[in-house]
Amino acid sequence: MFANFDYQVILDNVGILWDGMLITFLLTGVALVGGIIFGTVLALMRLSRFKVLSFAAGRYVDAFRSTPLILVIFWFYFAMPIIGLQAIGGLGSVLIAFTLFEAAYYCEIIRAGIQSVTRAQIHAGQALGLTYFQTMQYVILPQAFRNMVPVLLTQAIVLFQDTSLVYVVGLKDFLTAADLVAVRDNRVVELYAAAAVVYFVLCFASSLWVRRLRRQYAI
Amino acid sequence: MIEIENVSKWYGDFRVLAECSTSVAKGDVVVVCGPSGSGKSTLLKCVNGLEPFQEGTITVDGVSVGDKGTNLPKLRSRIGMVFQNFELFPHMTALQNICLSQMKVLGRGPDEAEERSMKLLERVGITEHAHKHPAQLSGGQQQRVAIARALAMDPIAMMFDEPTSALDPEMISEVLDVMVDLAKEGMTMIVVTHEMGFARKVAHRVVFMDEGRIVEEAQTEAFFTTARHERTQMFLSKILEH
Ligand SMILES: Nc1ncnc2c1ncn2[C@@H]1O[C@H](COP(=O)(O)OP(=O)(O)OP(=O)(O)O)[C@@H](O)[C@H]1O
Ligand SMILES: [Mg+2]
Repeated sequence: MFANFDYQVILDNVGILWDGMLITFLLTGVALVGGIIFGTVLALMRLSRFKVLSFAAGRYVDAFRSTPLILVIFWFYFAMPIIGLQAIGGLGSVLIAFTLFEAAYYCEIIRAGIQSVTRAQIHAGQALGLTYFQTMQYVILPQAFRNMVPVLLTQAIVLFQDTSLVYVVGLKDFLTAADLVAVRDNRVVELYAAAAVVYFVLCFASSLWVRRLRRQYAI
Repeated sequence: MIEIENVSKWYGDFRVLAECSTSVAKGDVVVVCGPSGSGKSTLLKCVNGLEPFQEGTITVDGVSVGDKGTNLPKLRSRIGMVFQNFELFPHMTALQNICLSQMKVLGRGPDEAEERSMKLLERVGITEHAHKHPAQLSGGQQQRVAIARALAMDPIAMMFDEPTSALDPEMISEVLDVMVDLAKEGMTMIVVTHEMGFARKVAHRVVFMDEGRIVEEAQTEAFFTTARHERTQMFLSKILEH
């Protein structure tokens, strides 16, 4: 089967594959940044002394963490037009789905990060006259994020792999692009091998980097 | 300037503070001592509203701490607080630690804040470490930065919570020296400490707490010579042995 492995078909289609990789990067990037921002808001809500806020955020996290990602993607893709939001299109709805889904996971990571910073640091900030939110912004969150970097990056690697799920709604991410070429040129082995190698190299390199960060900061 | 009247506080069923009353006038230096768990830290935190209390009143410069409408951040910015474990912000340099609240709370510009910070670092004797992070400083140096950070807000009073008890013995005096200078300049101070030498030198009054109560309060000399309560005497004999 590998005897007639055809490298040429991969090289010929680098353009298509690269376009797919850009979609994959876009999804990962938007879901990562959006998820961290929204996840931070959720984490602050969960830690709030206002019961309504912490309850709402808690149920949100429970709901998304007990739903398969693929269902969330489907739901947003098919439900958005129904509630009258055709305008955002396939990519838009998938970006929203990923962001909302990732936020639930980041919320828990960030909450643990905030709790890893001692209460005395909050007191130190507040004793200087900083408000609760200023204390969070300048004192607690920077320390929390520093403690969380490795876990956040590990979650980002999972996210990077999960973006391949968008093939179900016909978006041409990297894996979908590889699949299209594979079927069109009848070169399944070559394209799937190439995809596997690319995913492996990117993810493995990132996790090595994360491991080094972890050791560097002794977390 | 600081009036504490009949303050009681509970953690659940556990009463941490029981009907505490005392007052600190402008320029007073008051030392608070007492066994571990007697509520000294809690009392300080009630004064600047870091901990709520259920009964009694505390007023700072005429402002009631317990009132719902009180602007607590503003009130806190006027009282400096120094912690046992320094609580410098580890992700900032010494200088940034001192500048942060000047800029965010007092609205000073970066240049003005930095100038003021450098003056204060000079005063506590660590200008050469301005750009180091807390982890690169000794405990004594960190605590002096923490004092400078509190002073940068131009507080009307300073509270110290066992500022030297986390320090190696050889660093205690460098911190106490700074505090003695402050006291001599007329700063209003409440100091939780077991450094009785410091108390004798600069305190006007000593307050002894036990099990959430202010058991004894007296002028410094009277406190050491004619303490009335048995528990105070026991505590004193234990602590003066060292
Ligand atoms: N958040 C809390 N929840 C419940 N109990 C608490 C809390 N904080 C303090 N306590 C209890 O309140 C009591 C008084 O604590 P506090 O820290 O004020 O004592 P302290 O006199 O400062 O003691 P130390 O010399 O050990 O610092 C202690 O028994 C402590 O266990
Ligand atoms: Mg204490």
